[in-house]
Amino acid sequence: MTETTPKRAPLLALAGPAALVAVWAALASLRLFPESLFPHPLAVARGLGLELRSGRLVDDAIASLFRVSAGFLLAVALGVPLGLLLGHSTRARVAFLPLVNFFRSLSPLAWIPFAILWLGIGDPPAIFLIFMAAFFPVVLSTTAAVASIPSVYFRVARDLGIDGPELLRDVTLPAIAPQVITTLRVTAGLSWLVVVAAEMIAGRDGLGFAVWDARNGLRIDLLAAAMVTIGLIGVALDRLLVQLTKIPSVRWGYER
Amino acid sequence: MRAAETLLRVQGVSHAFGGVEVLKGLDFEVHRGEFVALVGPSGCGKTTLLNLCSGWLRASAGAVQTTGRVRMVFQQDGLFPWLTVDENIRLGLRHVHEDPERKRRAESLLALIGLQPFASHYPHQLSGGMRQRVELARALGGETDLLLMDEPFSSLDYLTRLKMRGELARLLHEQPRTVVLVTHDIEEAAQLADRVLVLTDRPGRVRDEVRLELPRPRDATHAQVVRAVHHILTELGLETDRETVAVTNGREERR
Repeated sequence: MTETTPKRAPLLALAGPAALVAVWAALASLRLFPESLFPHPLAVARGLGLELRSGRLVDDAIASLFRVSAGFLLAVALGVPLGLLLGHSTRARVAFLPLVNFFRSLSPLAWIPFAILWLGIGDPPAIFLIFMAAFFPVVLSTTAAVASIPSVYFRVARDLGIDGPELLRDVTLPAIAPQVITTLRVTAGLSWLVVVAAEMIAGRDGLGFAVWDARNGLRIDLLAAAMVTIGLIGVALDRLLVQLTKIPSVRWGYER
Repeated sequence: MRAAETLLRVQGVSHAFGGVEVLKGLDFEVHRGEFVALVGPSGCGKTTLLNLCSGWLRASAGAVQTTGRVRMVFQQDGLFPWLTVDENIRLGLRHVHEDPERKRRAESLLALIGLQPFASHYPHQLSGGMRQRVELARALGGETDLLLMDEPFSSLDYLTRLKMRGELARLLHEQPRTVVLVTHDIEEAAQLADRVLVLTDRPGRVRDEVRLELPRPRDATHAQVVRAVHHILTELGLETDRETVAVTNGREERR
């Protein structure tokens, strides 16, 4: 028997989080660990309210989202064209793909010292690190998507007299769209992971800095509040990008 | 009566991939309004020949000349999956520059293949037979002079294939075209073509030419179709019964 996902089950979707909070509250109430190491969910909720009212949490979230947007969009704006080039040209692939693979395998966090040395602290190093995290996967996946477009599409295009910029707009881009959208979801998630690390070390604000600042101030309630915020925004980002997969002209990539 | 215009002329064409000779010294012509089928053993270069005719490949030796607008209909999905049925058909009408005229023609093509209710469906939401009908409509839309078909129905089940042959005969009756059909389905060739060119094993040459002067649509079990199938299968060494009457060049001859 196959299980079908019910279309509307908002309550069911809350069951997991509710159970987690219940277990967390129970553990905290048992005082198995000192309160300075294991905050009670109520304390975290209070901290969250405090941070929200002071406006600090909102400012931090905006700072982090700005950096992720800038780094991620830059990576997509440069990575997709480079992927198109590599996908179309075997020579370019032979020449550059090993390099792309090298940088993709290099943790973006390893760039943190250079990022600070070259760009100081604040927005530029964080944007740089997010770019380094997202750019290479975008290039690689666009390359693979272009290289695997069935040649029959290009033959049909030729028969129909579609060429030049029209071929890119009407054939290549729509043919790779589903795969590229999947990559965007993955790399946006990756960027959101990286921004926290970047801000912890090279930031003066942002959610990563909030985590670090709370830890330095021994405010574990605020630390956990920042973590909850980071997780929730990450989920929201993905939900936002999932909307792209609902565009009618890309559904074919997910339904067959 | 003056002979019909030659739309496709294949002269002394040979083709090799690397060291492998696929086609050797082919000569034939296709005239306007004709339906020619190419059959032969698997790997004999049928599809290569079609690719030479479409200009996708350039022959190693010899010349391929075509006249007019040439379009190919493919065996796998040649429809763009990101476009709806209507948009795919309109793509075949790119040369029509006035929007209302293009819309009108797209609608009449949709009506011709009987898929108006599916105009805004995407290809992956259709059955294989429906997709192939859309593909035909798109190819017909281009006022194509020469239609090259590469095993267009081979991915369909037998009954759908039979239905599509009838459909193709009907479409060609409504909108006459010159057709070169590559198929491994001898019955399909005999049911549709005016002339069947039987190719030899690799390297492919024209081994025999079978003419059928029978109006379309034809039943798969029509005596002349059955005789042509038998003749071709015998040519290919797949049937040996010498009792049956074969058809060559329009004449019946007893063997």
